[in-house]
Amino acid sequence: MSQTAERTADTPVSPPAKKAVSEGKKAERKLGLWLCAPAALVMIAVTGYPIIYSIWLSLQRYDLRFPDQQKFVGLENYVTVLSNSYWWTAFGVTAMITVISVAIELVLGMGLALVMHRTLVMRGLVRTVALIPYGIVTVVAAFSWRYAWTQDTGYLAQLFAPDSALLTQRVPALAIIILAEVWKTVPFMALLLMAGLALVPDDLLKAASMDGASAWQRFTKVMVPVMKPAILVALLFRTLDAFRIFDNIFVLTSGAQETGSVSMQTYNNLIKGLNLGIGSTMSVLIFIAVAVIAFIFIKVFGTSAPGSDDGRKR
Amino acid sequence: MAVIGATASSGAKTRWALIDIVVVIYALVPVLWIVSLSFKTKETLTDGNFIPRSWTLQNYRDIFNTSEFLRALLNSIGIALIATVIAVVLGTMAAYAIARLDFPGKQLLVGASLLIAMFPQVSLVTPLFEMERTLGLFDTWPGLILPYITFALPLAIYTLSAFFREIPWELEKAAKMDGATPAQAFRRVIAPLAAPGVFTTAILVFIFCWNDFLFAISLTSTTSSRTVPAALSFFTGSSQFEDPTGTISAAAVVITIPIILFVLFFQRRIVAGLTSGAVKG
Repeated sequence: MSQTAERTADTPVSPPAKKAVSEGKKAERKLGLWLCAPAALVMIAVTGYPIIYSIWLSLQRYDLRFPDQQKFVGLENYVTVLSNSYWWTAFGVTAMITVISVAIELVLGMGLALVMHRTLVMRGLVRTVALIPYGIVTVVAAFSWRYAWTQDTGYLAQLFAPDSALLTQRVPALAIIILAEVWKTVPFMALLLMAGLALVPDDLLKAASMDGASAWQRFTKVMVPVMKPAILVALLFRTLDAFRIFDNIFVLTSGAQETGSVSMQTYNNLIKGLNLGIGSTMSVLIFIAVAVIAFIFIKVFGTSAPGSDDGRKR
Repeated sequence: MAVIGATASSGAKTRWALIDIVVVIYALVPVLWIVSLSFKTKETLTDGNFIPRSWTLQNYRDIFNTSEFLRALLNSIGIALIATVIAVVLGTMAAYAIARLDFPGKQLLVGASLLIAMFPQVSLVTPLFEMERTLGLFDTWPGLILPYITFALPLAIYTLSAFFREIPWELEKAAKMDGATPAQAFRRVIAPLAAPGVFTTAILVFIFCWNDFLFAISLTSTTSSRTVPAALSFFTGSSQFEDPTGTISAAAVVITIPIILFVLFFQRRIVAGLTSGAVKG
């Protein structure tokens, strides 16, 4: 109801109608702007300005160890980063971790969502424990995985590979990073999917099963189409989130054996290298990569961004 | 027919119970492992046993006797609480306006918050590092509180505006008819009704701030503002050559306690907050 009211209220923004704005409307607009101003200001000050500043820095030669040599160098930093094999290795690692972990999370998350939504017993318990991976500090969970996979001390290392240090080998280390990432984020994925699951009408499922649809058919032909918007939003959120992976890698391998993500590279460049020019260039490149991912999701797959009016029309 | 239905349902119940147990094991094993490590003695630390063969509180005594951990804990609590309060206050104001009022730039604000929710935080690390050094905010509480507020705001705005849309707005109209200004209607009528949503949002925001590692490790350089997740990675044993596994585990368990309490007491609210904010938004 309130949506239709909002929509009609939104329409008379054309200039002639503006004159007719009543005193009450004016007061409402003013209050609205004032209420939003502090939040908007903080967000602009801490993200908008720095990203512009970062673009400016990325065009400079600026190394804190040699501050006198700061000068404008145009796109030189971009050439340096983009022709660097370490950057592309990190980019490949990040992309691979993102794709594999999000794919596994979608499957497990859907399973967990179905369990949380439909289980006949212990529903409260399942929902409660499922929130633990979501809430736990990523660094804490990462340490738990690290100790579990450390040779000699860990239960998992003893179980699967008692004689080799898995975290010091590239492929097993990447697999463990993905495991840690998946464990932590499946519940979040499941919660987003569960919200979509709640939109599937029970009648529709009953009708389908009357018509002789198997459980799998009901899932693919009835539930998935209804849940599609929720699935896309969950995928969008998790893809962008996975792309910025940092904590797990930092604790598990510190990026050794070429397991570092682009976030690790940027951090190392800043804290160890103190090279602000190159660091900012990486920042801008990551920002562009994320923007491209978001654009693909929204334009190509038609993901309706949550909070936008399109998303609410459902 | 009825009998068949009954047996099928008890069979189904057993099946669900088994699946539920799998979920419980999945969620708890890594947590129990770190808890187990934190209670092990130095001698049994490397036995790989899930249940400690001999129990000790020494690791906890050790961390609470170092100023390094206590200071980090204080920083974590202080910074997360202040950031949560400010983010929730600002978020409540903005969400009320978005849910209820008609004003220019509303869609822009919603779009911008969505953008920030998806923003790669690492993109801000380099420019914020340089800006905070210039402004003298580097390695201070405000230096972490500001980015936390910023990244918590989209979460707060989405969750809160979803809650606000559920509130019976006739009450606000009634208050206005009785002569209340929009601001009074907000403060006296809507705010109390919105309290549960605000509380839920506060929990989600707190968990977010409590969890952060990237900013905590990039924008601090000493113990004066380093939070526990960042401090953990700098932990060493009581002597340089000692393995810090036990103390790190104990510290990790300590900062997990608030999360476990939130989850135990507010499971329903957290689920409601996450699902409503993210999808129905």
